[in-house]
Amino acid sequence: MSTSLSLRPNILSRLRGFRVNNFRLYLGIFIIFVVVAMAVLASHLTKFDPISQDLLNTLQGGTAEHFLGTDNLGRDVWSRLLYGGRTDLFLASIAVLAPFVIGTVVGAICGYFSGWVDTLVMRIADVVVAFPFYVLVISLVFILGNGVGSIFIAISLVSWVAYARIVRAETMIVRSKEFIEAAQTGGISNQKIITRHVLPNVITQAIVYAMSDIVLNIGVIVTLSYFGLGIVPPTPDWGRMIAEGQQFLAGGYYALTILPALAVVITSLGLSFIGDGLAVALRVKR
Amino acid sequence: MSKPIFEARDVSVTFNVGRGRNKSQVHALKKVSLDVNEGEIVGLVGESGSGKSTLARVAIGLQKQNSGELFYAGQALPKVRTLEDRRKMQMIFQDPYSSLDPRMSVKQAIFELLDTHNVLPKEKRLDRCKELLSLVKLPESLLDSRPYAMSGGQRQRVAIARALSLNPQFLIADEAVSALDVSVQASIINLLSDLRDSLKLSILFISHDLAIVRLLCDRVNVINLGEIVESSPTLSLFDNPQHAYTRQLISAVPKLDAIVRNAN
Repeated sequence: MSTSLSLRPNILSRLRGFRVNNFRLYLGIFIIFVVVAMAVLASHLTKFDPISQDLLNTLQGGTAEHFLGTDNLGRDVWSRLLYGGRTDLFLASIAVLAPFVIGTVVGAICGYFSGWVDTLVMRIADVVVAFPFYVLVISLVFILGNGVGSIFIAISLVSWVAYARIVRAETMIVRSKEFIEAAQTGGISNQKIITRHVLPNVITQAIVYAMSDIVLNIGVIVTLSYFGLGIVPPTPDWGRMIAEGQQFLAGGYYALTILPALAVVITSLGLSFIGDGLAVALRVKR
Repeated sequence: MSKPIFEARDVSVTFNVGRGRNKSQVHALKKVSLDVNEGEIVGLVGESGSGKSTLARVAIGLQKQNSGELFYAGQALPKVRTLEDRRKMQMIFQDPYSSLDPRMSVKQAIFELLDTHNVLPKEKRLDRCKELLSLVKLPESLLDSRPYAMSGGQRQRVAIARALSLNPQFLIADEAVSALDVSVQASIINLLSDLRDSLKLSILFISHDLAIVRLLCDRVNVINLGEIVESSPTLSLFDNPQHAYTRQLISAVPKLDAIVRNAN
């Protein structure tokens, strides 16, 4: 049994997790692929400029020209959705990178060495967690001023904590395994033990969380711009579209609010599916 | 009489437990002395919590002793071990399901040690792996296997191969067979015995299983509550135990005649 397994080509055994019926992962990848492709190819999918106004043709329903209609300033909704996706997806993705890296490194070091550094860092983390996430991010953006840069900094300052906590907990589990002690008795340095033995065994959890964190970030960015913070007005963005469309809900122009909201939901769903699917695919056999 | 390869002299270890008013000390080892001669398998037996594993961890350098000294071939071992010190002795751990990194193949695990110590040029590493696998009687086809594809016995053999990769003269086996099936235990014990003969290894064999110790070891140390209460050659220990605790341990081993008596 064991020999037949080992004779299998290595590349296949690495992909084993992806070969089993992991429908969610494929569905998630498909959704995100489509959404990202639409955002990237925005200029090829519409001939309208998302910020050019046409005050003679405001609040139109779907027409042959503007097939999702126009908003209160006569801007093409389809075009704004595409370009808005570009803004939100890009910002949400890069805002995941810094917390992911910082949190993972801090968490692994704290979990591996424990001691007073761990205590200090975890108390700082407790302080950050003690405040509601949105309150903290909104006040930070308020202090730092509007703009993509301050959203990035605000999110990074707050959400590294989640990664640090997850990775620290996982590291403490791995640290109690005998293979860490075996590496120590083999004379392997702590730095190499962390990078070769600890991180590969804990990073899965951080990656899975990162997927749902992008969802969270989209939520934050959308919420911030809904409140008029963060992304500056002419830039197309789903949150601002929802906020601006809201005032016309009573007039029956549902599409202005519902379409960008739907875009947020579909994107989040796709990322969640990828997160779930990855959790299964990256699970290591023991 | 052969020379001692490993000696522990008056080793004491104290753990601080609790905080504030509940603070107290546990004396895990109290002035323990023990030696292992070249080519000898020395047993260390005792019940759970007697300090067996603490002694093993001190010997290998995972735990610092509060007082006392350790010697390898007559030379004192420093508290912070150098790579050279590490190469002299290696340890086999209790649980083969946890002592191998689930993400590393057999080859990677052995390469890692060889590269850390820079003992072999890159092109000779694979040959060394194959040599080690044949030494522990595993097929070469397992070179690229990861732990999940192997049985407990196979994993423990890989752990032994890894421990032997740096040519240590002294092995510490901390309950190395107690997590395995009885039939597998026997094969690992035979392997250790063979390795002792072929590689002139010295082994400190830590166990709570008296039957295995009787089979494998030349001398036995009995440890109780952090103190070595008896140290004698295996035969005389089992035939003529001196210390009350040793007699208690030996009488606690289930015997066949007791079962027969109960059946009648």
